[in-house]
Amino acid sequence: MSISIRSINKTFGAYKALEDVSLEVPDGSLTALLGPSGSGKTTLLRIVAGLEFADDGPGEILFHGQDVGGVPAGKRGVGFVFQHYALFRHMTVAENIAFGLSVLPGKDKPGKKEIADRVKELLGLVKLEGLEKRRPHELSGGQRQRVALARALAIRPKVLLLDEPFGALDAQVRKDLRRWLRQFHDEIGLTTLFVTHDQEEALELSDEVVVMRNARVEQVGEPQEVYDKPRSPFVYEFLGNVNKLKEGDGKSRYLRPHEIEVVFAAEFDPRTDVMGKVLHLFSAGPVATLSLKLSDGQFVEVELSRKALDEMALDKGDEVAVRLVEE
Amino acid sequence: MENRSVTTETPFVKWLLITSAVVILTLFLLMPLFAVFAEAFRRGWEVFIASLHEDAALSAIKLTLLAAAVSVPLNTLFGLSAAWLVTKFRFKGRAFLLSMIDLPFAVSPVIAGLVWVLMFGAQGWFGPWLAERDIQIIFSLPGIILATVFVTFPFVARELIPLMEAQGSDQEEAAVTLGAGGWSIFWRVTLPNIKWGLLYGVLLCNARAMGEFGAVSVVSGHIRGKTNTLPLHVEVLYNEYQFSAAFACATLLAFLALVTLGLKSLLERVTGHKAGGH
Repeated sequence: MSISIRSINKTFGAYKALEDVSLEVPDGSLTALLGPSGSGKTTLLRIVAGLEFADDGPGEILFHGQDVGGVPAGKRGVGFVFQHYALFRHMTVAENIAFGLSVLPGKDKPGKKEIADRVKELLGLVKLEGLEKRRPHELSGGQRQRVALARALAIRPKVLLLDEPFGALDAQVRKDLRRWLRQFHDEIGLTTLFVTHDQEEALELSDEVVVMRNARVEQVGEPQEVYDKPRSPFVYEFLGNVNKLKEGDGKSRYLRPHEIEVVFAAEFDPRTDVMGKVLHLFSAGPVATLSLKLSDGQFVEVELSRKALDEMALDKGDEVAVRLVEE
Repeated sequence: MENRSVTTETPFVKWLLITSAVVILTLFLLMPLFAVFAEAFRRGWEVFIASLHEDAALSAIKLTLLAAAVSVPLNTLFGLSAAWLVTKFRFKGRAFLLSMIDLPFAVSPVIAGLVWVLMFGAQGWFGPWLAERDIQIIFSLPGIILATVFVTFPFVARELIPLMEAQGSDQEEAAVTLGAGGWSIFWRVTLPNIKWGLLYGVLLCNARAMGEFGAVSVVSGHIRGKTNTLPLHVEVLYNEYQFSAAFACATLLAFLALVTLGLKSLLERVTGHKAGGH
């Protein structure tokens, strides 16, 4: 089920949350809405879900070519997973997951056994077998999130919408769930749109990244494309660490920490290099980070492999030649 | 030197504060309560029972129960609707509605009763209109009920609004996306989450409904055996120097207060227990 978002505007009082936003989400893709707080990404997600409505005007939301702008949220066939799970506190896990099925009108409502089977199937899918009788407060954050997902999937949605699904979780749990979500998506192939402010998450997880800022879409593309070919300073800076070097006559140059090379001072080549002094060294990790002060007074951060660092046997205070990789 | 944290007082200050609290509590709460029971039983158990069985007393009790039986459910309904409206939606006039809900608290009970007399009394705005149709509101049951409903209006709403505000609308929104309709959402998602707060509000509403004096006094006309609620009857008896009888009826109200307090503590313990479970 593809999603077409066309010319959507949304204003809250005097505040413009979305300005002429258009976007195509292909069927079966896992797309990230990435941006800082206030960029409009959650508002857009909620409009797609039907929890908010776009301003009157030319704006349209289409599911597989069908206009769903006037369709109430309950009838759009979307599964929505909230940042803080929004599980029904007084119901068991099984009752939570079965909720969407239990509110179906008489003729469509499955029988008790059918519902129980479906709950079991979904719990298996999210790897939470046997937890039917537990209550939300007896579960860990990661478990709650998976129950929320199972609940959303119970109604066989055509589109899955996730609002900062891992925002409220610990770093390690977040990483694990991220991996799990990617695998899960590859298995079931449901069109998924998720909101995040974590660029690492967006780049790692998604088929396509939509970078948003100040109520507009800045850039859309595959993770590799958006990272390597950012179309604006904002996108560049938002998607990873960046060094901004002034090059005289008012121009600036953007370089990623791994695009700068560090060589022995003895190998200094005046055509390509600048001298720099190591101010700080951080090497507890897979990659080493150096903070350098260049001879012209500017500061840069350089990333190099641990191997390279060991080979150079660098220490705080050392002088090195800093080579900017040619574009 | 004992090991104590920075936030505790010296033993002397602690002792002083606790003693003051106990003295004030005793003077203003315990002694009057004790006095009510002491006076009620002064002339013995038989007189006590007889006072309560007397016709006027019985009809006063009945009237009090009736007033509560009508106003509590009504205000529960109003309170639920108002709280639902105010916490789940944003609309023009919301702030106004919120202050209106608090109005009965700000208004003196006597005024609360007087407004009904001014509207529906014989010389009131609707006086002639009602007289034509032979409808009696003031100095009759409807007036008493109106006055009681007015003064007990805020209790349920005020209890529910902060509770529902704090709970947010996430669960309701989740239910919406899962396809539930308005009634389903209210019944299966909202209500279970607020049940203890609701009970608490109903309890307070009931206590006030049964104990209200000022507003009901103005609209009732004090017709013995007809339009006297229990609190009014107590005043009537006292003014006739029937002290034991007056205090006997007062013990019923005191008893109601104790039961209310007991249930309130019970509820607090239950909800505290639940909150700790998260």
